[in-house]
Amino acid sequence: MTETQPAADTAAATAPATRRALLEARDLRVEFPSRGRRARAVDGVNLAVGEGEIVALVGESGCGKTTLARTLLGLERPTSGEVRYDGAVLDHGSKALKAYRREVQLVLQDPTGSLNPRHTVYEAVAEGPRIHGLAGEREIVAEALARAGLRPPERFFLRYPHELSGGQRQRVVIAGALALNPKVLIADEPVASLDASVRGEILALMLKLRQDLGLSALVVTHDLGLAWNIADRVAVMYLGRIVESGPVEQVLTAPRHPYTQALMSVLPESPERVVLTGEPPDPTRIPGGCRFHARCQVLASGRAAEAGVDARCRSELLDVLPATPEAHVACHWARAVEPAPEGAGA
Amino acid sequence: MSLLELDDVSITYRIASGDVPAVRGVSLSLDAGAALGVAGESGSGKSTLAMALLRLLPRDARVGGRILLDGEDVLAMKWGRLRAVRWAEASIVFQGAQHGLNPVRRIGEQIAEPLLVHDLAKPDGARKRVAELLEQVGLPAWRARSYPHELSGGQRQRVMIAMALACSPRLIVADEPTTALDVMVQAQVLALIKDLVAERGISLIMISHDLSVLADVCDRLAVMYAGRVVEHGPSHEVFRDARHPYSSALAAAFPTVGDPVSRMAPKGLGGDPPDPMALPTGCSFHPRCPVALDECSSLDVELWPAGERRAAACVHVRAKEETP
Ligand SMILES: Nc1ncnc2c1ncn2[C@@H]1O[C@H](COP(=O)(O)OP(=O)(O)OP(=O)(O)O)[C@@H](O)[C@H]1O
Ligand SMILES: Nc1ncnc2c1ncn2[C@@H]1O[C@H](COP(=O)(O)OP(=O)(O)OP(=O)(O)O)[C@@H](O)[C@H]1O
Ligand code: SF4
Ligand SMILES: [Mg+2]
Ligand SMILES: [Mg+2]
Repeated sequence: MTETQPAADTAAATAPATRRALLEARDLRVEFPSRGRRARAVDGVNLAVGEGEIVALVGESGCGKTTLARTLLGLERPTSGEVRYDGAVLDHGSKALKAYRREVQLVLQDPTGSLNPRHTVYEAVAEGPRIHGLAGEREIVAEALARAGLRPPERFFLRYPHELSGGQRQRVVIAGALALNPKVLIADEPVASLDASVRGEILALMLKLRQDLGLSALVVTHDLGLAWNIADRVAVMYLGRIVESGPVEQVLTAPRHPYTQALMSVLPESPERVVLTGEPPDPTRIPGGCRFHARCQVLASGRAAEAGVDARCRSELLDVLPATPEAHVACHWARAVEPAPEGAGA
Repeated sequence: MSLLELDDVSITYRIASGDVPAVRGVSLSLDAGAALGVAGESGSGKSTLAMALLRLLPRDARVGGRILLDGEDVLAMKWGRLRAVRWAEASIVFQGAQHGLNPVRRIGEQIAEPLLVHDLAKPDGARKRVAELLEQVGLPAWRARSYPHELSGGQRQRVMIAMALACSPRLIVADEPTTALDVMVQAQVLALIKDLVAERGISLIMISHDLSVLADVCDRLAVMYAGRVVEHGPSHEVFRDARHPYSSALAAAFPTVGDPVSRMAPKGLGGDPPDPMALPTGCSFHPRCPVALDECSSLDVELWPAGERRAAACVHVRAKEETP
């Protein structure tokens, strides 16, 4: 078992509040037409990824994680709101986008699907540098492969995807992203399709890249263990909106939003499970009041009524949480039962 | 008596470039009403073993050893008997099968099909039974009229379980029933499977690469590596205190949230999964093993006793048991 420990202390020591926001979503909304209605896939999101910071975006299937990630990459245009990179609003013009893609790279879930079976490892990694007309292609490819843990790189140049293991394929995909020397990686379920034993290696690689290159990352996942393994901060998304965010230690050891609490409770070995029932939420019919209220166990069990907020749960909209690094929660009940009035600053 | 008994089962695929020894001498048993979890690396032979239980392997697969279902050898059964067993006694939820539902037929028709084919019900009775089955898996009866694309991944997986339950089998084999489902839906499906085992006395074999999921549902666990069982024992003991280094690596791959040891410290296993056509000598795990000794590259490992109803195929286990 290889352990990647050194990154731990430096990471934990960096107070999240001191990081400058590199990639930002500001009041972002993304809608799609869907069977004659509007699907509000991303419905008001503030989110910031700081320099050298790893942020995990978690939430159930269909909550809008991929749509948010694609919009941050400029692959989807926001219906309203803006994406900012390094302080400037993202320009969707083709030239500006091309330059932007050198800085912010995507790593997809399924390495088999994102590699062309007829391209060698060398060709796969060289594609980006060629598009951008970079000099010294061979060195770039070799360095990217080595950084991704495929060493010695020359041994992998002429291999085809089917000659690699799943973990090696995901490393090739990561090498392809690294070849352009990006500042930010956006990884959509980077280990979901990998074997359990390989998963830790890829996550350790992401920590190492942050340590060696100062790389920032937004990791999209529905796996809370992954967030615990590598992220500084976590943002929990429900039905198009972030309902809780903050430092991982805080949010994942003392979750405040009933939805985060439910997600944590179904982890294996947790003592009492709150298995949410009901159909998966539909972004064409976002409920009024708190968007979670129809499935909320705190409201259903009467605890919200005890705190005197049940009527608000059903009718009063919650504000869009700010992107600042401290802990935030969008829940009437959590705000009511907590001694410090967190809602004030939001 | 055990419901299912595997005795030295070996399965080899014959392909153009040679033999693929996918399963190499597996012995396991399952008591009636019990749940056994099978974990292991991708390619370690889990699905191959599952399919062999009902002789569902392709023709080019050679099977050795004995597979006893209720004392009767599945490998020796006549075709007619085998067919009867397949629908009345045991059924499999195949890996990824929820993607294989027929897209142009309603869910209800697909669930009713085996009942009608085997003459277990008339159309009217079948309709009632479908409603019953849907309810058992937590779907409203009106879902019978839905098409697969109208269901979410978790709902489709429930439909697969309803189909497996249709003929009231005594044994269900579920191959990766929750892989690719998100955490909440996974929890829903697992709760359903647990109920079936606990309340209806159905025996279960569940396959997954996630030890924590198996430990949650099953009484006992078997961990496979390169076609062999390398460890078996009571679930929680194997999960919390694995005796084979490969099982430890699998258990560590999914951290406990809140555990300071795993914070910012993902654990993985170096090296590549083994190629069944070019297996390492000695213990097949030795090239990736963090605690390998010199002798591991030549030693014939076998499942040595590793405590009460436990065994593991590792030299360190043998050493421990031998020194009193
Ligand atoms: N191009 C599109 N047209 C219409 N609806 C869309 C489109 N893309 C996404 N959606 C809808 O938007 C919602 C959010 O989808 P998205 O893929 O972002 O979810 P996700 O959180 O990434 O889910 P998963 O975990 O399953 O990948 C879903 O309800 C989806 O059906
Ligand atoms: N039809 C086949 N012909 C030849 N080889 C096969 C065939 N099916 C499986 N194999 C090989 O047999 C071995 C075991 O495969 P099997 O599908 O049983 O693994 P598994 O443990 O279920 O893996 P996973 O976790 O990926 O589902 C693998 O090396 C695989 O490549
Ligand atoms: S606002 Fe009310 S309904 Fe929403 S999560 Fe909080 S307690 Fe539940
Ligand atoms: Mg997605
Ligand atoms: Mg399989």
